[in-house]
Amino acid sequence: MTLAPGSDRAFLSVSGLDKVYGTGEARIVALRDVTLAIGGAEFVSLLGPSGCGKSTLLRCVAGLERPTAGAIALEGRSVTEPPDHMGIVFQRDVLLDWLTVLRNILLPARIRRLPLEELRPKAERLLDLIGLGGFADRFPWELSGGMRQRVAICRALLLDPALLLMDEPFGALDAMTRDELNLELQRLWLADAKTVLFVTHSIAEAVFLSDRIAVMSRSPGRIVDVIEVDLPRPRELAIRETAEFARHVARIRRIFEGFGMLRGSHARA
Amino acid sequence: MPAPDGNRAAASRRALHVALVVVGFFALWQVAVMLARPPDYLLPAPSAIFAELVTAPLWYLGHALQTIGATLLGFSLALLVGCLAAVGIVYSRVLENTLYTLLVALNSVPKVALAPLFIIWMGTGLASKIAISFLIALFAIVVDSVLGLRSVDPDAVDLFRSLKGGRLQTLFWLRAPNALPHLFSGMKVAVSLALVGAIAGEFVASQAGLGYVILSAQGAFQTTRVFAAIVLLGVIGTVLFFVVDLAERLVCPWHVSHRARHRGEG
Repeated sequence: MTLAPGSDRAFLSVSGLDKVYGTGEARIVALRDVTLAIGGAEFVSLLGPSGCGKSTLLRCVAGLERPTAGAIALEGRSVTEPPDHMGIVFQRDVLLDWLTVLRNILLPARIRRLPLEELRPKAERLLDLIGLGGFADRFPWELSGGMRQRVAICRALLLDPALLLMDEPFGALDAMTRDELNLELQRLWLADAKTVLFVTHSIAEAVFLSDRIAVMSRSPGRIVDVIEVDLPRPRELAIRETAEFARHVARIRRIFEGFGMLRGSHARA
Repeated sequence: MPAPDGNRAAASRRALHVALVVVGFFALWQVAVMLARPPDYLLPAPSAIFAELVTAPLWYLGHALQTIGATLLGFSLALLVGCLAAVGIVYSRVLENTLYTLLVALNSVPKVALAPLFIIWMGTGLASKIAISFLIALFAIVVDSVLGLRSVDPDAVDLFRSLKGGRLQTLFWLRAPNALPHLFSGMKVAVSLALVGAIAGEFVASQAGLGYVILSAQGAFQTTRVFAAIVLLGVIGTVLFFVVDLAERLVCPWHVSHRARHRGEG
């Protein structure tokens, strides 16, 4: 799948990416010829079943893994190590238990040796914005799973990244908390549009959040289609009950079915 | 640390429980001795042991301080050397293959058996007791620290990498704090072993310490005095353990809270 090249789509470009683990008999092709171009301030989801290489693709973009072949460029510069203006959120919040919420959010500044005092107001603003204003001095073990993941999002946003990478960030949360955080994330993104690459295996979540969805298939992991989601924003949770929403979900499900990845009861919207 | 009231109540209930059992044990012993009247050189009554301690408190204190000193110095040295060795082992393949392998191999030798060697090398004074205490405590510290430094969440390591955190930053801000709970569980074992090491050293050759008191009293069949020293050792061992436990509560409350929660669920 190749996208029409255009200047607005060149913020992040992945071209001809291969990722192979092991050699000989144990050789596993995690990604095969993945090409994707993402524009500035665009919200793109990588959607696919487990084992389709969507997380591997995200880790390559993050500079955490080296692709076997192909190239990744961020704002025209080749990605060979973790880029500077990038924030990352994992499925697990990986908050440090021994630091308060505020200090956890300030961790990127500490690691990058930036002045903590200058960034403190920013961290407090982010906490307010995400509805955890009173929790700055609490410890992670005093928070619920949803609150912890909100803190992890604040941490990723502290240094104002141009690119936000999210690896199934809400995958470990219960359905209601997940809905809440989907709304929250959209709100943050609408207030301060960043380029987001969002990994998920939930079709509904991808449709709800994304401008575009890269649908992936496994063995080998590759992008089989890219879907534009033209639903108006801001999207309310109720949008999931509209015919338009259902049409997008059905279209994606058909793609999966076409690749034999979705059979009857296994379907999860 | 905002400990939930339930945990605190449970903890004090447990402490009361232990105290009652210990008091009950001594009471039973007292009654048994009063009824069966064994000769003093076989089994003295707890009241006789207490009376023995009270007749020469300063003498016992002096010997106890000697043993406590050897234990604490050996333990502190083991803590310092053990932590440094663990960092070296985790960060260097060479050290892992040499030092760690050697430590594991040496650990299968009962370290008490090495005590006479240290007396030969370092004399019968405090230094040899510290050395034995150190050696016997070292292993627990190294093994648990290595485990703690290694058992970091791979995602957390990736987070640090994504922020271009160097090895030292990852060590100070991630691996070391993450290792603290493991280190403390190693320290709890090590502090008891350090006391064993000090006593073992005093048994082999010494002029002071509770080990010396036990050995010389045994030679004179002063069984009451042997028991007095043993009671003191029990108190010292318990206090040392709880000091480490208290330090853990102060240094890593997050871990203690996890533990309390797990206990609550289980």
